Amino acid sequence: MLRLPSFNYLQPKTLAEAIAMQVDAGPDGAFVAGGTDLYPNMKRRQQEPKVVISLMGIRELAGWEMRDAGWVVGPCVTLSDLSILPSFRQSYPAVAHAAELVSTPLLRNMGTLGGNLCLDTRCNYYDQTYEWRKAIDFCMKKDGKICWVAPSSPRCWAVSSSDVAPVMMAIGAEFRLVGPKGERVVPAGRLYANDGINYLTKHPAEILAEVRLPAPNGWDAVYLKLRRRSSFDFPVLGVAAWVKWGTGKGEGGSVAEARIVLGGVASQPQEVPTAGATLAGSDLSDEAIAAAADAAYRPAKPLDNTDFDLSWRKQMTRVYVKAALEELRERQR
Amino acid sequence: MAGARDSLRVVGKALRKVDATAKVVGATKFADDVALPRMLYAKLLRSPHPHARILRIDTSRAVALAGVKAVLTGKDLPIPFGILPVSQDEHALALDKVRFVGDPVAAVAAGSEETATAALELIDVTYEALRPVTDAADAVAHPEPRIHDYGDGGNLHKLIDLEFGDVAEGFAEADLVREDLLFFEGSTHLPMEQHAAVADWSPPPDGKLTLWSSTQTPHYVHRALAKVLELSPAKIRVIATPNGGGFGGKSDPFSHEIVVAKLAMLTGRPVKITLTREEVFYCHRGRHPTLMWVKTGVKKDGAITAMHFKSLLDGGGYGSYGVASTYYTGALQTVTYHVPRYKFQGARAFTNKPPCGPKRGHGTPQPRFALEVHIDKIAEQLGMDPAELRLKHLVPPNSLTANWLRIGSMGLGPCIHKVVEGSGWKEKFRKLPPGKGIGLACSSYITGAGLAIYWNPMPHSGVQLKCDRGGGVTVFCGSTEIGQGSDSILAMIVAEVLGVDPFDIAIVTGDTDLTPVDLGSYSSRVTLMTGNAAIQAAERARDIIASHAARKLALPAERLAFAERRVFDVENPARGLTFAEAVQLAEAAEGTVGTVGSYTPPPSPGRYRGAGVGPSPAYSYSACVAEVDVDPATGIVRVPRIFIAHDVGRSINAATVMGQIEGSVYMGLGEALMEEMAYRGNRNVVHKIPSLLEYKSPTTLEMCDVVTYVVEDPDPNGPFGAKECGQGPLLPVPPAVANAVYDAVGVRIDEVPITPEKVFKALRRKAKGEAARYGPTAFPDIVWPEPTRVPPPWEGGDGKAAEGSGGRAKTVKVPV
Repeated sequence: MLRLPSFNYLQPKTLAEAIAMQVDAGPDGAFVAGGTDLYPNMKRRQQEPKVVISLMGIRELAGWEMRDAGWVVGPCVTLSDLSILPSFRQSYPAVAHAAELVSTPLLRNMGTLGGNLCLDTRCNYYDQTYEWRKAIDFCMKKDGKICWVAPSSPRCWAVSSSDVAPVMMAIGAEFRLVGPKGERVVPAGRLYANDGINYLTKHPAEILAEVRLPAPNGWDAVYLKLRRRSSFDFPVLGVAAWVKWGTGKGEGGSVAEARIVLGGVASQPQEVPTAGATLAGSDLSDEAIAAAADAAYRPAKPLDNTDFDLSWRKQMTRVYVKAALEELRERQR
Repeated sequence: MAGARDSLRVVGKALRKVDATAKVVGATKFADDVALPRMLYAKLLRSPHPHARILRIDTSRAVALAGVKAVLTGKDLPIPFGILPVSQDEHALALDKVRFVGDPVAAVAAGSEETATAALELIDVTYEALRPVTDAADAVAHPEPRIHDYGDGGNLHKLIDLEFGDVAEGFAEADLVREDLLFFEGSTHLPMEQHAAVADWSPPPDGKLTLWSSTQTPHYVHRALAKVLELSPAKIRVIATPNGGGFGGKSDPFSHEIVVAKLAMLTGRPVKITLTREEVFYCHRGRHPTLMWVKTGVKKDGAITAMHFKSLLDGGGYGSYGVASTYYTGALQTVTYHVPRYKFQGARAFTNKPPCGPKRGHGTPQPRFALEVHIDKIAEQLGMDPAELRLKHLVPPNSLTANWLRIGSMGLGPCIHKVVEGSGWKEKFRKLPPGKGIGLACSSYITGAGLAIYWNPMPHSGVQLKCDRGGGVTVFCGSTEIGQGSDSILAMIVAEVLGVDPFDIAIVTGDTDLTPVDLGSYSSRVTLMTGNAAIQAAERARDIIASHAARKLALPAERLAFAERRVFDVENPARGLTFAEAVQLAEAAEGTVGTVGSYTPPPSPGRYRGAGVGPSPAYSYSACVAEVDVDPATGIVRVPRIFIAHDVGRSINAATVMGQIEGSVYMGLGEALMEEMAYRGNRNVVHKIPSLLEYKSPTTLEMCDVVTYVVEDPDPNGPFGAKECGQGPLLPVPPAVANAVYDAVGVRIDEVPITPEKVFKALRRKAKGEAARYGPTAFPDIVWPEPTRVPPPWEGGDGKAAEGSGGRAKTVKVPV
């Protein structure tokens, strides 16, 4: 069978300890929470940390609290807990739903919110064993020089495959990052970069310490996920749609502000500002939805490195954005 | 041989499997659970090239690694092997050439799996890359460089041309002649248990090898080990551990089995190997990707006047069962609807991919898909209901087909009636709202191949039976439990004959030291063949016991019945003995009570070259109706429900029959909708997705509801009338889904899997006024051999080829 390589496993009790351990380990270190992403990757030698630092023993990363009418969620909360807790579900149904759509119940029991937000980008040239990758002479994300998805490209095109991240961006969540040089709070979208290798903007020793969700009122959001099997596949397309209603709810109010964020089509969750802009001022009429769907379809640039044919995936952007907005409209009525 | 239904006490009941408790509580010892003292672990180094010559292998750095006990390369095992005598083209480790990414090249035994893995990195292999052949069409177009230096020319492994009657004449008589091109994608078995094997060697003077392996065919593994290791078969014991699923993927002798045996012999220590999931993809032997062309002439009422069928199989890098698979793509077209004249041309190509072989349905799901979609189109052109068309032209029972297959019982008619009525077919077909559809397809499958893999006049299955004086019975049989329930079938059949409880019976199977030969768990042969052998052994034991019980009871033996663990007077049931007492009487009089039974299939009437594939003691029949929902915006197809009726002859265990039918539907649904052995032809022909995550197969959530009808039309050749049910019900599922998609949205998807992309493209074509179809567009030109002409039975033939026709393929003819 496929074996894990040997490594040192550290269990810090505080954030400061964890950061110091990572600074000591340098490039050989890696944080782990649930391990559902890292350990399979280590078995396949996609990631080869010599020092694995578990965040699961750090109390402050595992809690929940209400703050300023919004919720603050620790990154080590499991995806199961996030999707099950009734009060959270009521306040943030789109987040809970996205968490519930990740993988299988078994993996959600282990996998965490932070793990899904920092999920390694995926590519079916990369998510393979060492021996398989050797047969194509490796790729630039690990051990090689070329991106097989786009051989003339200077960068890696591995795909952001998080279900929760697009929703966090769409609803305007913020992340608190704590690192060796102190801490900072950034809008969710700022954590990501459109590069399959350097897909996170955080310093390697920075830890995602809090996920801060906005107060759950005056807006609505949905998340739709496209994949082959609804039982456990990663998304080949995720659509997070958020609208802030301008006037009183239920009276045919118009959209004050809207955001559409796509998952599975780039190396980062991709916001499509033009799609959001076309919706502002509208009442989500069929025409407005069609225009937004078209705007979202244009920049979506899936490549041949996930399940399904890439041209079909691009076509589906339109279909899924439309369905997401129709669902929001339906709920407003 | 069999009693009337109402007299059966065990057969036909829904009983738990005899091995169910052990499986449920985790007590079953699979091959990977075998652990022996001082055991070493083996790993295989596999080729990173699809097609290359091996120039040099340097193992010195690996040998020097601490913990490494032995390193093997091809030179250590130079004798070739292969499942079929005509394709002995495999080596345990590549000798001078590699033929696919994943082909084993070297092996290491070490104290731990980690050390063995590390040692693989230290083996230096120098390759000279050769042009790879990426698929069957590429093989036809590029005869050079050849993958093998044998076959029917260039990169074509096998060419077949058989003609039963003058098809041109038949087409001339037809009112409608239709041609279709279809493609069936390759898929793999996906057993839950990865292949594993453990070898143990007792050094001379014993010189005895024991191999535990997750294999469906311990007898064939036994033969391959003897050949390659140059050991006497008497010095080899193969134990087939319970397989965690097989589906045909564990029916070949494999590299890893031979390698652990050799490593055990070299090191004097037990050696284990457990393959990774990725390696299981490389073992493969799954469904051949098959391109098919079919032309059929029909009268206005749907009566077929002639059929011409061509298939081109993508075989992968080795022969495996491929010659048989190729024949199977042309063998069973004739057993469902009467085909008076029939021509079949089949070709198998070598390509630089893991070898294809037998997967559930072996070579027949592909042509069945083609045929059933083709007939659906013909029915539409004739303006006939496709169910009516089929019902009108069924092959009669107890008849011969154009290609000389002997049909016994034939329950397809009742099967069609069941699914038509159950599904509300008449109210739904062509009447459902847009996006909803219903489709029908039928099929047939063999209940055991009529011939063994290697020619021999001996039985295909043997059973030994021992009666214990305590009332227990032990049944010894070479059959292999792969989850299909074969151990339970033996217990139930023997229990029926001897009137004891099936759970009183000990079953010893799949051990070449302990059990008489059974050829293996393939071709849906086990229930029929081991069942008949078991009946014979049990009846012989019953006769012995009855004669002594009769003497004691002062009754004629004919008046004795065996039931409820008793032997008693049928006219006065109170008068009798316990079964144990009766056995004791027999043992006292005659010594140990032990009997044997065996089974040999009846000879086939076909006597032409190629007549060996297709004959079977009995054919099972299935009819299937699929309901689909197609989303026109996405092309996504969902199958909410499938109705399936299967003519099983007679159920031995009603619960496992149901399980096998539902399991077949499940596997067929995966092939219909998503499964795909995909390779990257432009990227060194690597397997695109060798993992359980990315190789898409349905999970429980994707599984449809199944409404099953078991049709019982007992076959005289089956034990108690039983026929197969483990493979046949898969066959009609893909074409039923394809026909239902057409009913739903009016587009023909002439290939499986029917993915959303294909439906979406076909819908776009339809919207643009183009052909509302997705599928292959051409069949490559192949230089076929001179046909073997065999007059069908109704043209006065005797099952032999006409003088001077056919014979061997022209091995020198290479299409350029």
